[in-house]
Amino acid sequence: MSKKPILQAVGLTKSYGRVVALDGSDLELFPGEVLAVVGDNGAGKSTMIKCLSGAEVADEGQIIVDGQQVSFKRPQDGRHAGIETVYQTLAVAPALDIASNLFLGREMRKKGPLGSVFRMIDSSGMRKAAKEHIAALGIGTIQNITQAVETLSGGQRQAVAVARAAAFGQKVIILDEPTAALGVRESRQVLKLIESLRDRGMPVILISHNMPQVFEVADRIQVQRLGKRAAVVTPKSHSMNDVVAIMTGAMTVDKKDQALTSVR
Amino acid sequence: MSQDTATYDAAAEFQDRASISQKAQALLHKYPWLSSTMVLVVASIIFSFFNENFLTPSNFSLILQQVAIVGAVAAGQTLIILTAGIDLSCGAIAVFSSMTMAKLVQGTPGEGEPVGIAIWLAFPAGLLVGMLGGAINGFLVTKVKLPPFIVTLGTFNVFLALTLTLTKGTVPSIEMDPFLLTLGHYVNLGPFRVTTGVLFMFAMYMVLAFVLRYTSWGRHVYAVGDDIDAARLAGISVNRVLMSVYMVAGLTFALAAWIVIGRVTVASPNTGGDLNLDAITAVVIGGTSLFGGRGTIFGSLIGAIIVGVFRNGLTLAGVDLYYQLLAIGLLIIFAVSVDQWIRKARK
Ligand SMILES: Nc1ncnc2c1ncn2[C@@H]1O[C@H](COP(=O)(O)OP(=O)(O)OP(=O)(O)O)[C@@H](O)[C@H]1O
Ligand SMILES: [Mg+2]
Repeated sequence: MSKKPILQAVGLTKSYGRVVALDGSDLELFPGEVLAVVGDNGAGKSTMIKCLSGAEVADEGQIIVDGQQVSFKRPQDGRHAGIETVYQTLAVAPALDIASNLFLGREMRKKGPLGSVFRMIDSSGMRKAAKEHIAALGIGTIQNITQAVETLSGGQRQAVAVARAAAFGQKVIILDEPTAALGVRESRQVLKLIESLRDRGMPVILISHNMPQVFEVADRIQVQRLGKRAAVVTPKSHSMNDVVAIMTGAMTVDKKDQALTSVR
Repeated sequence: MSQDTATYDAAAEFQDRASISQKAQALLHKYPWLSSTMVLVVASIIFSFFNENFLTPSNFSLILQQVAIVGAVAAGQTLIILTAGIDLSCGAIAVFSSMTMAKLVQGTPGEGEPVGIAIWLAFPAGLLVGMLGGAINGFLVTKVKLPPFIVTLGTFNVFLALTLTLTKGTVPSIEMDPFLLTLGHYVNLGPFRVTTGVLFMFAMYMVLAFVLRYTSWGRHVYAVGDDIDAARLAGISVNRVLMSVYMVAGLTFALAAWIVIGRVTVASPNTGGDLNLDAITAVVIGGTSLFGGRGTIFGSLIGAIIVGVFRNGLTLAGVDLYYQLLAIGLLIIFAVSVDQWIRKARK
């Protein structure tokens, strides 16, 4: 197999003042795969995906999308490149309703002169589409699409953020702990969603602390430690205990034993 | 399926068990203008008992005229407060714009005959000055990243100083250009007799309400005030939105200046003194949250009318000016308390 990565990071470095959050980390995401990124708290996982999505600008290193080097300056840049992200902080506007949040930053315009001249947004169209996206996710506890997001539970908010990414992701979907606040049933739904995204050929980066979930859906597992990539393994080649050992530095994996290329 | 329905019923029942105060909270949360509208209605009824002249078309026409200027400034102020900002310089921008228009039309008296420039140049120049003032505020907030309160406290003094420098302390009170006085004319609307300035203010509210409600820009204004980081991550150009808000607000302040000229028929550097705080008062009483992201533009119109109604009603009831101030002060504290109470429910 010699697939080319669809998204690649080389030597990403990012410091916040004296804190080196990311210390020359690499990452390759191959077409159609689910890449899990695991690591201790503060290992730099969120910082890395923020650099990949344009929410942060890396101090050093390159980001390559489809073989082309890019320089993302703002979250819009990542979005335009087809990379859709669910951030750990969710990034939803609490006072706005579910439909407005789903379409925030890319509102649908009304057809005809109402849209082109008066720039009116198509509220009913967006509500209808939002309903479909939420339904597609199979999270039935959201009853009313015009509800303000702040009236939702933490898990429901997470569902809205995931639905937004799933609806608009063109090339890559990045999920930073998408099941952290979810109940058992809702977690299952998100895992099923990840699998169906992969079946559609959409590559996914999944950050999670939940090892059983990671081992269930991931094709490859990238272990971050102290801002660096410690190893990339697969659920077949290594056990959960191995991965935890790599995370804590108790175990190292030889380069030749790592899963640095596509396994699908 | 039947299981799902059962969950919904349980959820509905769960919500039904919410107490009356929780329901009120939820209702006010959804319709932030509701409490101010209630205050307006109740206050009007009470005032009508004290003086039979209160609830008459002619008295309400008078209130509207008194409210037009503050209302117009409050419209722009609402935009800024929705983004979790504040503009303490709004009145100063309005006065500076009005002085610019007047001075340009009138020319500089002194040696010989003063030569003014044509109104079709002077008027847009005045509007431009308002937008420029807003742009300066916006620049300092977005690029220099200073808190809006401090920025506008500073520019308030700057614009005031510029106005005084421009006028050198004198009041240009010669006959104004007829176009500049347009908004002082009276029109009859059934039993009501109001100035065109009042109608112009209403039109400003209509336009801004439309833009806030029906365009992406409006959504983005709310989103930025609601959670600026979330808005940024959602791909909104936060700085561009803030900049445009301060500039549009500056324009509305300059348009308010036009109403000022029509009403007082002179452009005086002293008209804007109370305007800053009165406009903020109207916005706050109208239910817009000082923390941003919550409120409506029409709420501010109601807020401005409430202030007018209180002043007028208390005057007609023979209440001393000091107690009028007291009443407005209590009203502000009441409005902010309601806002806090509503917000607490949702945290
Ligand atoms: N905005 C910031 N300002 C300052 N320091 C930051 C900022 N964001 C992250 N850091 C620091 O960078 C390091 C890496 O943080 P990051 O959020 O990437 O970790 P993480 O692997 O996602 O952790 P977690 O599993 O807890 O989400 C931490 O030490 C954190 O304190
Ligand atoms: Mg994280």
